[in-house]
Amino acid sequence: MSARTRSERRLGWLLCAPAAIAMLAVTAYPIGYALVLSVQQVDLRFPDEGGFVGFQNYSAVLTSSLWWTDVFNTVFLSVVSVTIELALGMAIALVMHRAIFGRGVVRTSVLIPYGIVTVVAAFSWQFAFAPDTGFVNQLPLISDDMDWFGGRFSSFAVIIMAEVWKTTPFMALLLLAGLTTIDDGLYDAAKVDGASAWQRFTKITLPLMKPAILVALLFRTLDAFRIFDTIFIMTAGAQNTESVSILGYNQLISRLNLGLGSAVSVLIFIAVLIIALIFVKGLGARQPEGGRV
Amino acid sequence: MAHTAREKTLWSIGLLVVVLFALIPVIWIISLSLKTPATITDQSFFPTEFSLENYKGLFEGGISDSPFIKPLINSLLIASITTVISIVLASFAAYAIARLEFPGRRLMLAGALAIAMFPPISTVGPLFDMWRTLGLYDTYPGLIIPYLTFSLPLAIYTLVAFFREIPWELEQAAQVDGATPFQAFRKVIVPLAAPGMFTAAILVFIFAWNDFLFAISLTSSDASRTVPAALAFFTGDSQFTQPTGNIAAAAVLVTVPIIIFVLFFQRRIVAGLTAGAVKG
Repeated sequence: MSARTRSERRLGWLLCAPAAIAMLAVTAYPIGYALVLSVQQVDLRFPDEGGFVGFQNYSAVLTSSLWWTDVFNTVFLSVVSVTIELALGMAIALVMHRAIFGRGVVRTSVLIPYGIVTVVAAFSWQFAFAPDTGFVNQLPLISDDMDWFGGRFSSFAVIIMAEVWKTTPFMALLLLAGLTTIDDGLYDAAKVDGASAWQRFTKITLPLMKPAILVALLFRTLDAFRIFDTIFIMTAGAQNTESVSILGYNQLISRLNLGLGSAVSVLIFIAVLIIALIFVKGLGARQPEGGRV
Repeated sequence: MAHTAREKTLWSIGLLVVVLFALIPVIWIISLSLKTPATITDQSFFPTEFSLENYKGLFEGGISDSPFIKPLINSLLIASITTVISIVLASFAAYAIARLEFPGRRLMLAGALAIAMFPPISTVGPLFDMWRTLGLYDTYPGLIIPYLTFSLPLAIYTLVAFFREIPWELEQAAQVDGATPFQAFRKVIVPLAAPGMFTAAILVFIFAWNDFLFAISLTSSDASRTVPAALAFFTGDSQFTQPTGNIAAAAVLVTVPIIIFVLFFQRRIVAGLTAGAVKG
């Protein structure tokens, strides 16, 4: 190895070290610490009790109906909102790509939800649907005294609406970036061969966009799975609308039960790993790279 | 390509729907914030009587008693400090990844990607416990450190994509023309790298400005509570009044500057958000 390669290596490591340390300090170490806490009885309200309890916290979580309700809620909200986002995002991306005029206007409007603080958006939608302040119940076809946050699935409808509003722009921009990589000549050739617009979409656009779609889906699914802000503001988990992140927060911060809460944290971490593995191995999503490596 | 009148009409309707859908919650919260306390529950989309009462309420009592001023300062400082540190650290790493040959380069990128997917709730409990022991609970660093962790992957990916596009040969060309290495760096490389760094900075700032989970978990007072967390703890003037108007006014104040910023730099943001996601 030449001196030059060796010094280049050293410089590379030196430049990456601060960022690597900063990233590991608040992920690898805490998740390790969470593993340690999760096999102990640690309750800050009863600091004198404690000690190793093995998998007792895990079995307490996994046998509670609350955990499974929250898992269902989280999966349900993720699947429904990501599906709607994909369909809407694809429509907006196609519209932006084939813009007759006003492409700038669409891009400007889709960036507004991206820039808004999630908590603010959640408040705005909550006030819009609330029976006392909201304008939604005054709309035609909607009952004047509809209590949106009084039921589980009507709450979900509002939560999904807020999530879709906030994150569709990101989806649309990722998909648009994928669309622009497709060679227009392919469409012209297909047209000459007599393919309909729908055939061109399903036989050219979708297959060629598969990598972009999978990356967008992976990012959005993992993001949707950690849903916290919107639910916290809108229902705080009332009417059985709790997500797994809200459950973790309640155990850790509200009840100060670090042992049980850490077991929840570790289980969420494992769930996220499984989702990522399904995407990467099962569907063949590749690690996005900033170009050649 | 020629378009028929029907196509143009359909297209205009589609445009209108997208724009309205994007704008409704924003117009709604602005309109709510301008209503008087008496009309805030009148359920009309636009205010019937205008008042700035809700905004005044936010600033009453000065810095010590106002529910909004201190959190706003906290948000601005914490997001700014996070952005500066994150961009400096990410620039080092991205430069190394884009320009240098060294083992572990791919691992660094893969690691950053793994961190971007990491569920923050899984670190909240341990951090809460560690920060109380270390005296970082309810302090600026207590929030800046986790924000750095989760913003670095975003910054590194954005910067690597930008740095790969820079024609680095220009640096040597400038030196051949007689520039010192420092001059070559300052006059050639800095202007070329600045747009990418600026884009990454916007994305990191928006991320830190938006966070809610760490902000409510790792703070307990106005000493370091940021606006999103403070909003969740707003109370009415008495226990019988809802703080709806004040929340709406505060929401508008933290939203409008960001919207203007986003609209002003929209091309950069789009470039940044999609950097690295396309070229697989």
